[in-house]
Amino acid sequence: MEYNVVIAGFGGQGVMLIGELLAHAGMDEGKEVTWLPSYGPEQRGGTANCAVVVADEPIASPILTEPQAAIVFNRQSFDKFEPVLAKGGLLVLDSTLIDRKSSRVDLDLVYIPATDIAMELGNSKFTNMVLLGAYLGKVNPISMASLHGALSVFLTGKKAALIEVNKRALQAGVDFVNKE
Amino acid sequence: MSDKVLMKGAEALAEGAIQAGCRYYFGYPITPQNETPEYMSRRLPEVGGRFVQAESEVASINMVYGAACAGVRVMTSSSSPGISLMQEGISYISGSNVPCVIMNAMRGGPGLGNIAPAQADYFQAVKGGGNGDYRRIVLAPSSIQEGVDLLVDAFELADKYRMVVMIIVDGLIAQMMEPVEFKTRIDVSTLKTPEWATVGRHGRDHANVITSLTLDAAGLEQWNLKLQAKYAQVERTESRIEEYQMDDADYAIIAYGTMARIAKTTVRIARAKGVKLGLLRPITVWPFPAKQIQAYVGKLKGTLTVELAYRQLFEDVRLALCDKMPLGWYGRGGGVVPGPQEILGAFEEQFGKGR
Repeated sequence: MEYNVVIAGFGGQGVMLIGELLAHAGMDEGKEVTWLPSYGPEQRGGTANCAVVVADEPIASPILTEPQAAIVFNRQSFDKFEPVLAKGGLLVLDSTLIDRKSSRVDLDLVYIPATDIAMELGNSKFTNMVLLGAYLGKVNPISMASLHGALSVFLTGKKAALIEVNKRALQAGVDFVNKE
Repeated sequence: MSDKVLMKGAEALAEGAIQAGCRYYFGYPITPQNETPEYMSRRLPEVGGRFVQAESEVASINMVYGAACAGVRVMTSSSSPGISLMQEGISYISGSNVPCVIMNAMRGGPGLGNIAPAQADYFQAVKGGGNGDYRRIVLAPSSIQEGVDLLVDAFELADKYRMVVMIIVDGLIAQMMEPVEFKTRIDVSTLKTPEWATVGRHGRDHANVITSLTLDAAGLEQWNLKLQAKYAQVERTESRIEEYQMDDADYAIIAYGTMARIAKTTVRIARAKGVKLGLLRPITVWPFPAKQIQAYVGKLKGTLTVELAYRQLFEDVRLALCDKMPLGWYGRGGGVVPGPQEILGAFEEQFGKGR
């Protein structure tokens, strides 16, 4: 079994971080994982994305030409990845920031007001966790427990205080999908 | 949980070199391997090593040359255009019979090209680049873990044969993260300064002199013959290949590095369709594992060489197999990486459905 996902948004939105969390959690479960960042001539304030693969077998290519899923944080990333998603793919997007609806009828679409939900939790910086939670509410490449484990690897020292609220943000994403 | 850590290729390879006993690194930044010198600049001082960011690639390789003459484990890394600038130094180091390790994260070319994954520096790495009759051992890992493991071998081989050992990867291996485990740690205090090192006379009756200049033709020929004898020994004993799903194979893909890991999935897809396809993956591209490939003459109905370049690896396959079987080829250039299905399509186009 192989799960893959493209995560895309502005630099600074925690796009790369949630990809790393996924990969780290997969590694802790003994799975094969790859994390590949976009590393072209990037621009400050421009878009950033990463591709994550979690699989039981060795991973051939970390490059995703037809990703199974995409988590998108902004309009540019939506425009870029909506057309390339595999048939029947999963698209999770932040409907607080993205005003357009998908024109593809084959996709499993999650319009989640992730920024609004994050603000209710106290800070728009948790948007990435809300979106990741929504993704994990739909598919299970790794268990939530493993992801919690990865959080405590990334959030250490003073940041350890943020683990609980990040967990709540993840759960808010899961809950939104389950209510839908 | 194991001892695995999630690391970017360019950083894991730097740590791998340190674990292999590398204590000196000289380099100049270039994408897609900037994380290697950055990591070295942070880590080498912690382990008592030295990092210098040189003013250019030409300076870097000559600093490597100097450290190599002192008999220490030294490396540099760069990407295609930077490696081109180092060719003179690589020839001098080879001509001087001293060891070092060089990592090339190959990118799209020719010229400045781009920073996407490519294998178009195969000829440069394997056949030459600098002037004169010299060879270097060229290792081609297809995962971050293998790269880290091969770095230990790279420094051992460099010291054993007093040769340049080059590790060729690409932006994909350098930029992605994969779980990696550092299995071997060389204790540098056990590494002896070689007899030939230019580190002072220490009571010896003669001074060690290292040079690549020999004006006398007969003398230089003798020197060349010594080098050639060494290269012949390396060719006899050091070639390596991975043979994947080859026991009952009718056909084989021949590919290395990034291309080989993708081709492995092609093999799995083909096998699920009932096609007896295997993979021959050179781990050393020099010495080229010709003998291991030739062992399949009479057993295979054909091979498909696949590379991120235009008929470079293919040339060595052709030298090894001549007209002993049908030889197909497929490649993409400029930094485009084909997927497993695309490779299978090329196979079916050239060999039918393979049954």
